[in-house]
Formats: sequence, structure tokens, C-alpha cells
Amino acid sequence: MVRKFEIDLRQIILAVALMVAGLASIYTLKVTELIIFGKNFTSIGLLICGLVFYSGVLVIVAMFKDETYLSIALLLPSIIAVAIFVYGFIGWSVRVSLSQWKGLLPDYTWAGLSQYTYLFHDARFLIDVRNTAVFTVGFIAGCLILGLGIAILLDQKLKGESIFRSIFLFPMSISFIASGVVWGWLMNPATGSRITGINLIFKSLGLDFLISLWHSTPMPWGMAFTVIPAVWQLSGFTMALYLGGIRSVSEDIREAARVDGATEFQIYRYVILPMLRPVTLSAVIILGHMSLKIFDLIVALGHKDIRLDVPGIYMWTTTFDGTNYAQGAAIGILMLVSVAVLVVPYLVQNMRAETEL
Amino acid sequence: MNRRISLKFLFYFILIALALVYLLPVYLLVLTGLKPLNQVDLQTMWALPISGLHIDNFIAGYKQLAPNINNSLMMVIPEALLSALLGSFNGYLLSKWKFRGSNLIFTLILFGMFIPYQSILIPLVKFMQYIKLYGDLPGLVLVHIIYGIPITTLIFRNYYAGIGTEIIEAGRIDGANLMSVYRYIMLPLSAPSFAVVIIWQFTQAWNEFLFAVILTNQSHWPVTVALNNLAGSQLVQWNVLMAATLLAALPTLLVYIFLGRYFLRGLMAGALKG
Repeated sequence: MVRKFEIDLRQIILAVALMVAGLASIYTLKVTELIIFGKNFTSIGLLICGLVFYSGVLVIVAMFKDETYLSIALLLPSIIAVAIFVYGFIGWSVRVSLSQWKGLLPDYTWAGLSQYTYLFHDARFLIDVRNTAVFTVGFIAGCLILGLGIAILLDQKLKGESIFRSIFLFPMSISFIASGVVWGWLMNPATGSRITGINLIFKSLGLDFLISLWHSTPMPWGMAFTVIPAVWQLSGFTMALYLGGIRSVSEDIREAARVDGATEFQIYRYVILPMLRPVTLSAVIILGHMSLKIFDLIVALGHKDIRLDVPGIYMWTTTFDGTNYAQGAAIGILMLVSVAVLVVPYLVQNMRAETEL
Repeated sequence: MNRRISLKFLFYFILIALALVYLLPVYLLVLTGLKPLNQVDLQTMWALPISGLHIDNFIAGYKQLAPNINNSLMMVIPEALLSALLGSFNGYLLSKWKFRGSNLIFTLILFGMFIPYQSILIPLVKFMQYIKLYGDLPGLVLVHIIYGIPITTLIFRNYYAGIGTEIIEAGRIDGANLMSVYRYIMLPLSAPSFAVVIIWQFTQAWNEFLFAVILTNQSHWPVTVALNNLAGSQLVQWNVLMAATLLAALPTLLVYIFLGRYFLRGLMAGALKG
């Protein structure tokens, strides 16, 4: 018979020592506070002491012959953190959104779905929904078209491919805030003698008909221009995804098509494009979830201009400037629902595919 | 054959034109930063500096942002290192020690990567106030580590999944247990994915805005929050603002320029099976 549990005295002493040390330091921190460099580290200290105690538990779990227990026990801290900070907090937010909490003091008086019905009739929220739709469509279309176009161009075995690739990708490393600040100046809507930015370039090139009010264009099309910096930042990423996909189509398949008399154009149209469908799906999921929660870029570009409002900004101002917590939570939950509709089927499908393997 | 050559010429033309457009914002930042303070009319935005190169704007921009750049560094470095360690552990366990339901747990963890943080913001603020980590950098580090668990776990799990089970089985026959397989077999092979995760978490945390603006008070603002505030204020000239923007973007740009290979892998891992 295989023994399920192997007792080792030294290990037990170590485990007890760790657990006692953890508990003792937790007790100490409960009584006093931990101050390092003038910062209050008490909570972080408690967390670390808790982990010391837990490592004692782990030493005992490690004595089981079946190491699956140890695997689960080692994962447990992360699972608990995600369970609280993602799922617990979502549940808490839902509860807040069903309450009457308005003002700094929590008020969990039941209010049913009144926040949601209010939002569906609220002029500002409807503007936000339309703005998000305009942004999402423009952003995804722009990234996919430019990304695929550039990827096909770079697939032509041109000299300097890696330099081009780096140039198209670098905007991804910059923050939405920095990008919004620069593009805010580039897309300056001033006219006449104060003309500047890209409009100034258009004017000096004699392309006056291109001069634009950019994101100050009247609603709803001003929002369409906020797509420009976003596409600038993420079309390179889309390009990299597509280029990876194109390169994974083997040269044999292309050669076979050539032997059958296909032109280079036909090879892309009928052989490579259909094989890129999974890449497009990944790209749409990634870009789509980013655009549904777009926030910092619009903050930096529009400075809370109501014409460029999006749910993320509405949630922020309602909650932290207007202290209407119930309504802020409801906006947050509606944002979550929109992202979940896009992402959950994809995640479930991925999980099923992997479980079958 | 002639048609092929003219087609190539056209391709180069399109690529170069596009590249110039992509570089336009950086050109503007560098150009404006190098002009003297008396030469920054909006009407001559695109003109080259006539009277030599100056760095006054960068000095002025640095004066504005220095404390915040410091805050960002103090936040980002421990965050990236601890995130990577945690992710490596999770990725190892979820790829090599699968148990019943481990795929479900992984999927549930992964979902945390996609949520709009507005949907957890109110509880988060209340919780951070309750545990007295609100307003300062240690709290922000903790929040970034926890919400970084999904992506770091994903990158390491994909990486470890590519390491054959033979090497682990060989180790098992030699008597290695769960911990020693990690310590002596997996960890020495992990350097590339540690680079990817550290660079990715560094960039993400440096560029992040929402948590930073909500969870810190003014003296602990990271650089994104300070830059946004600078851009909204009437007191700062636009040329100083451009120089400050370049300084704020510089660390992640440098990481991209020198370690772009790892940066790209992080991006690809973000695209799930990409």
C-alpha cells in the first residue's frame, strides 16, 4: 500500500515555527503600526505575515504524497486575490448600483433597477453609447485595414522591413495620456491667422480642402476623429498580428497556388486571407475590449468635453465629482456587460478547445 | 519584369509615406523641445530651430515632472518584479500540475484581464481606504500586482506549456518533487519569459492612468496623472508641455527601442494564442 502522508519531524518543526512566527507578528502589528520611510506599511506587513503563516501550512500540505494538493495550495493566494478583487468587487458594485447611495456616506437602501432605467433615458448616457459605437467601429476598422495593408506590404520581401516594422509599432509603447496630449496639439482646430498643427501643413501644401475642425467637429462626428490617435497607437500591433499569421502560411501552399496559375493578388485573396480569419477574430476581441472601455485617451484629448464623453468618463465624474455612487456603479456594470458579451464566448471557446486536447 | 519593379517602387513609396506620418508626433515633440523659449509661436510649429539647439524646454519640463517621474519609478520597479515572480509560479502550476477544474480556474482568472476597471472602482476605493493603503504608492503597487495576475499568468503559462513534459518526467524519476522541478528545471529556462513579463508590466504600470488618478493623492501622483494635469493647466507654455510629454514617454520608448524583441512577445501573448 502506498502511504498517502509522509511524516517528517524536521518538516513539522519548520511548519510550526513558520506558523507561530506569522501569528506572532500579525498580533504585534495588530497592536502597533509599521512605519517605514514615513509611509504606513501596516497592511502590507500584515499581508506578508499572513503569507509567512501560510507557508507553514504549505510545508504540511507538501507532506502529502499526492502533489496535486500542494499545487492547489500554492495557487490559492492568487485565486483568493482574483476572487476578491475581480468577482467580489463586481458583486459589490452590482449591489451599490441597486442602492440609493448618493453622497459620501454609504447608503445601501434598496432601489431596484432605478439607476439603470434612469441611464437608459439619460441624454448624456445615450451620447456616451453613440460615441462609444462611433469610436469602436472606426477604431477596429482603421486598425484592421491599416494593419492588414501594412502587413501585406511588409510581406513583399522589401529591404528595411525591420525598420519599417519598428516605426509602425513604437506608438504602442507610449501611454494614451501622452499620445492624447500630442495629438491634441496636432489636431488643433484653430483657423485663420492662428492656424497650426496638421492644418498648417495642409495649408502650406495647398491642400486647404483637407483643413478640418478635427475632434471639435459638431456631434456626432467629432468623436470619429478621436480614432486617429488610437489607430496610430494600435494599427502597428494589428500589423504584427497579421504579419505573424501571413508568415505562418507555408511557402509550399503559396507555391502550389502559383503552379496552378494564381497571380500574387489571387494568392492573397483566395489562399491567405481565408487563413487569417482566426487572427482577425483575436484582433477584434483585443481591440474591441479596449475601445469599449476607452478612457485615458479621451480624457487627454477632450478634457471632459461633453461632446466627446464616453461611459468611462461619465462614471468617473458622476462617482468622484458628483458623489453619486449608485449611478456610477451602474455605469461601471453596464460597461462590464458590454465587454463580457464580447469576451466571454471567446474565453469559453478557448477553454473548451483546450480541455479536449 | 518592369511591372514588378515599378510595383516595388510603389510599395516603398506607400511605406515611406506612412512611416513619415507615424513619426510626425515624435518629430513635433523633439523639434519643439529643441527650440529656444522665444521661438515657439504656434504659427511656426513646423519650422526648424534657426538659432541653434537648446534644451531649455527639457529642463523646464523636467522641473515640472521630476517628482512624478520619481514616483512612477518607485511604483513600477517593485510592481514589475513581484508580478513576474507571482506569474511565473501561477503559470508553472497551471501548465504542468493540472488538476480537475484547473482550466476553468485559469479561464476565470483570465477574465480579470478584460474587465473595465470602472466596474470595480467603488469597492476598490472603499477597500483601500479601509486597509489604509489609499492615497500612497504601496497601495497602487498592490493593486497593479493583483490586476496583473491574469496577464502574467497567461504569458508564463503559454511559455511553460511549450516546454516538453519529458524533461519534467526525467526529473521526477530522479526524485524531484513539485518545488525542485520548478527550482532546478523550469526556473533556469524561464529567463526569456521573465524578460517579457517584466517589460510588459513595467510599460503597463508606467502608462496606466485610471488607478493612478483615483488611488493616489497629489504628492504621490505618477507621471501620467501629472502630465494630464499639466496639459489641462493654463500656466504651462505648450513648448514646455511638449518637452515634458517626451520625458514622460521616454522610459517606455527606450525600453521599446532597446528591448523591442521582448516587448513584441508580450504583445503577442496578450493576443491569447495569437
